[in-house]
Amino acid sequence: MLGKLTWDAVPWDQPIPLVAAGVVGLILLGVIGWIVVKGYLPYLWREWITSVDHKRIGVMYTLLGLVMLLRGFVDAIMMRSQQALAYQAAGYLPPEHYNQVFSAHGVIMIFFGAMPVIIGLMNFVVPLQLGIRDVAFPTLNSVSFWLTASGALLVNISLVVGEFARTGWLPYPPLSEVSYSPGVGPDYYVWALQISGIGTLMSGINLVTTILKMRAPGMGYFRMPMFCWTALTSNLLIVAAFPILTATLAMLTLDRYLGFHFFTNEAGGNMMMFENLIWAWGHPEVYILLLPALGIFSEIISCFSGKPLFGYRSMVLATLWICLNGFMTWLHHFFTMGAGPGVNTAFGISTALISVATGVKVFNYIFTMYGGTIRYTTPMLWAVGFIVAFVIGGMTGVLLAVPPADWQLHNSLFLVAHFHNVIIGSTVFGAFAGLTFWFPKAFGFKLDETWGKRAFWFTFGGLWATFLPLYMAGLLGMTRRMQQYDVPEWRPWVLAAGVGTIVIFIGVACQVIQLVVSIRNRHALRDETGDPWDGRSLEWSTTSPPPAFNFAIMPNVKDEEPYWTIKQKAIESQNLADEPDYKPVHMPRNSPTGFICAFFSTITGFALIWLIWWMVIAGLVAAFATFVVFAWWDKREYEIPAEEVRRLDRERRAARQVWLRDKAASLEEPA
Amino acid sequence: MTSSPGEPRPVDEDDSAPGDGGVAKGITSYLTGLGLAVLLTACSFGLAGTNFIYGPGLPVALVVLAIAQIGIHLVFFLHITTAPDNTNNVMALAFGVFIVFLVVGGSVWIMSHLNHNMMPMEHSMPM
Repeated sequence: MLGKLTWDAVPWDQPIPLVAAGVVGLILLGVIGWIVVKGYLPYLWREWITSVDHKRIGVMYTLLGLVMLLRGFVDAIMMRSQQALAYQAAGYLPPEHYNQVFSAHGVIMIFFGAMPVIIGLMNFVVPLQLGIRDVAFPTLNSVSFWLTASGALLVNISLVVGEFARTGWLPYPPLSEVSYSPGVGPDYYVWALQISGIGTLMSGINLVTTILKMRAPGMGYFRMPMFCWTALTSNLLIVAAFPILTATLAMLTLDRYLGFHFFTNEAGGNMMMFENLIWAWGHPEVYILLLPALGIFSEIISCFSGKPLFGYRSMVLATLWICLNGFMTWLHHFFTMGAGPGVNTAFGISTALISVATGVKVFNYIFTMYGGTIRYTTPMLWAVGFIVAFVIGGMTGVLLAVPPADWQLHNSLFLVAHFHNVIIGSTVFGAFAGLTFWFPKAFGFKLDETWGKRAFWFTFGGLWATFLPLYMAGLLGMTRRMQQYDVPEWRPWVLAAGVGTIVIFIGVACQVIQLVVSIRNRHALRDETGDPWDGRSLEWSTTSPPPAFNFAIMPNVKDEEPYWTIKQKAIESQNLADEPDYKPVHMPRNSPTGFICAFFSTITGFALIWLIWWMVIAGLVAAFATFVVFAWWDKREYEIPAEEVRRLDRERRAARQVWLRDKAASLEEPA
Repeated sequence: MTSSPGEPRPVDEDDSAPGDGGVAKGITSYLTGLGLAVLLTACSFGLAGTNFIYGPGLPVALVVLAIAQIGIHLVFFLHITTAPDNTNNVMALAFGVFIVFLVVGGSVWIMSHLNHNMMPMEHSMPM
């Protein structure tokens, strides 16, 4: 009846996961109880859970990502503290648990932390920057988000029901085959990633279509903001690379479930094919995460330097080059596999070539700042911190791209330090920079600057305090993923990294405090005009938060920085443009399709993991039925009347008029 | 799709597929495609099952028929044309072909090198 699932699946003998899950469960129940008691549930269902508004979905994606980043950070703290304690000792995490912790850390950070935050930011910002009202397929967007959430839920269920993979964040066979991992760990991995992978792929298709087909009138490709370019390339990579991941994991699933021999030791299987394929997805994935972050920094550096982006066209070319070249380097993840010098050299050179394109970008950032009037706000601090971290992390990366050096450093903590240095320095800093930058656009008030700056300095300091020692430990020969060790020379560096983790923890705490403080002071931090940073692209031309339809009339784009031009014209003439002729706006109706589909996908995934076949069939049928019902549903749009559009836009114009008057007064004062 | 800077370009609002002109025309196009696809498939099986052409030339013939089949699918089912409003689709196809070439070609090259650094079998220890 319940397949392999029995009471023994719950790890009763392990207090750590049980207590952790108990606390999380209590908090979750508390939050849900509070929502129900306060009567917020109908509001949440109507306005958020069933929402197909790209802004709401973007916010939910980001929120999911932030919660999962915290979960992944808890795993990181456990690993660092285990290694700090486990010198000639057993530490407090038994090996089978420690292995699950480092596997879960990687999976959660990449798939359910970084990806949702980045996709959330793209979802929120791209349509606003393009001057349009929603993405190409709004309901599909909701389905994408909820499928990602479904995958995240499955990974977290593995904490208390059964176990997670002990294979590392990529389940290399033969370790992940049934012969060496008979438990359900790799099955949780596979199904969580397959379900969320469908969501990611659909989200990629959605955003590519949006950017290619739905730009505001006059916005040619070379008038798109840089972030839209990086979003386009990142989503092209998603569309091209995620099917490889799906196919590879499907083959592993066939091996595990039906006794196939794609990657087994025996019967002609070849586990190296798995490494080859998983990295053919895995390396583009690095650029899927990196490129949007580079776009965020382009926007921020240009905005806070008060200058247009330096070398816009070279920036576009570098972005496209990274997109293509990112697909040509995957072998550098397994130089030591045994390939000859021809193959290794070719991939070493293609890897080094990427640093040319990223170098172009770094110089463009610096030249954008050069001669500008720089305002060191929190987003700008993250951006400058990124330049430093990215250059250092990038150089260690070029070092690893040299095959002979890689033979020494492969699988060592040097590698771990390198990719944390780069991923935290670029993607995570980019995510935080983007969050602080666009937070006022999403919620109508700015985040507290003091706490934001504290968060930056502690995180930035903690990054070096943690990973510079790990570089050293790696050079001294310490390999990654060690549950315990006996070498005295490594000990000081491991302890130093532990201290660094505490510094990062303070940074994380500062961010949480920043959010709480900002919400309490939201009236003082209110953004009245919709342009809190003196921005340059179209998202700042509407209110904060924007109305459901984003723009009362579609902007007509005439140059690279449409909003900046409009703004300068308004300041010069002391007048806003004439009030346009408002028309009714048609917007997509909310739909529970995404939530219901994901609900049944979660059930199907769980049943597949535990081999509960009747539940698999029931879940699949129900998910398909949801899809059919949606397909036959023909009332998909509702109309916002012209009067409502006019009313909302008049409020916006009134606030702008006040701002214009104040601006004129402040310009006259010094004279 | 190219755009020249400084000149506002209306964003294309529909990329009508061949056959959008009317239902009947659309069905004709699909039926033509289906007919050609069936014909090519029948030819492949026919050639492989008979001695109609020179035996060693068979693989070449099958490859040619397969490529023709891809072309039929692209034109009649995926509506890839050379029309200017179809540039997005052509670019997407080119990107897709390029990525498939990279991944498949790269994988074959990498996997053929698997044992490059192993000792040749004749020098290894006799079992």
